[in-house]
Amino acid sequence: MTVHDTTTPAAPAAEVPAVPDKPEGPISAAIIATGVGAAALGLFTTLAEASTTVKDWLQFSDPVGPLSGKTIMAVTVWLVSWAILHLSMRRTRYETGRAMTIALVLIAVGVLGTFPTFFQLFAPE
Amino acid sequence: MVSFTDREWWGLIHGMGFGALFLLAFAGGLAGLYSLRPALVTEAGIAERMRRLRIGVVAMAVAAWGTVLTGTWVVYPWYREKTPASPRSQLLADPATADWHSFGMEWKEHIAWLSPMLATAVAFIVIYYGRNLIRHDRVRRTAMLLLVLAFAFAAVAGAFGAFITKVAPVQ
Repeated sequence: MTVHDTTTPAAPAAEVPAVPDKPEGPISAAIIATGVGAAALGLFTTLAEASTTVKDWLQFSDPVGPLSGKTIMAVTVWLVSWAILHLSMRRTRYETGRAMTIALVLIAVGVLGTFPTFFQLFAPE
Repeated sequence: MVSFTDREWWGLIHGMGFGALFLLAFAGGLAGLYSLRPALVTEAGIAERMRRLRIGVVAMAVAAWGTVLTGTWVVYPWYREKTPASPRSQLLADPATADWHSFGMEWKEHIAWLSPMLATAVAFIVIYYGRNLIRHDRVRRTAMLLLVLAFAFAAVAGAFGAFITKVAPVQ
């Protein structure tokens, strides 16, 4: 199968060996799950700042402090959401462009939630 | 004679060991993904290029996980020890340096964790999609964007880590 690259017309195109075309669903699932994990980290970080109950609960390890719970929970949410999304999207042709848009919004939520100037707004007086 | 304490060794492994590997793998992964276009590879080069790309993105993901795991579970407890000599205590004791903890460290310790998740997604895409990446430009570009985001978050964490170590090292 000959594949033409539109960005560099002067170069000779390679014959890309025929390989079975795979659905984009699993890729989209991985991308969205990353966003979910990022948003979860932002959420846990902000919740820990706002509530001492949550902060204490997230202290899975005394030497590490609440960061231990925040990161373990965020990674768990990421992996579980990835598994669920993968199973539900593995045979679909869900476009990665749409998945990336969703993920970018979720990653932005995660960045906001982990930004000190933001989450410290919720600290008790 | 140059010597390091155990804590300094772990700081080096965290920042300069895994960190340097991450940087190296990022550069290789980005270049590999960028050039993974039919016009830029020969038939003979595809197999070699794909193998190198797989190794690069997996190494980047491993390095990212190694960085955050050693940082959070080995170095960070020393940083936040409840003793007057700990870096956290030293930074907070002086209003001129308190922001290095209350903003710099607080952001670094959280934002760094986005990087391994993103790097793992890129590694999955490259391994799962393989040579299909050459034909599907949209997926290839998406993988590049994820890779750059992984690097950007790691860069924020790495830069703050270097600055904070300069002001109040873990010793």
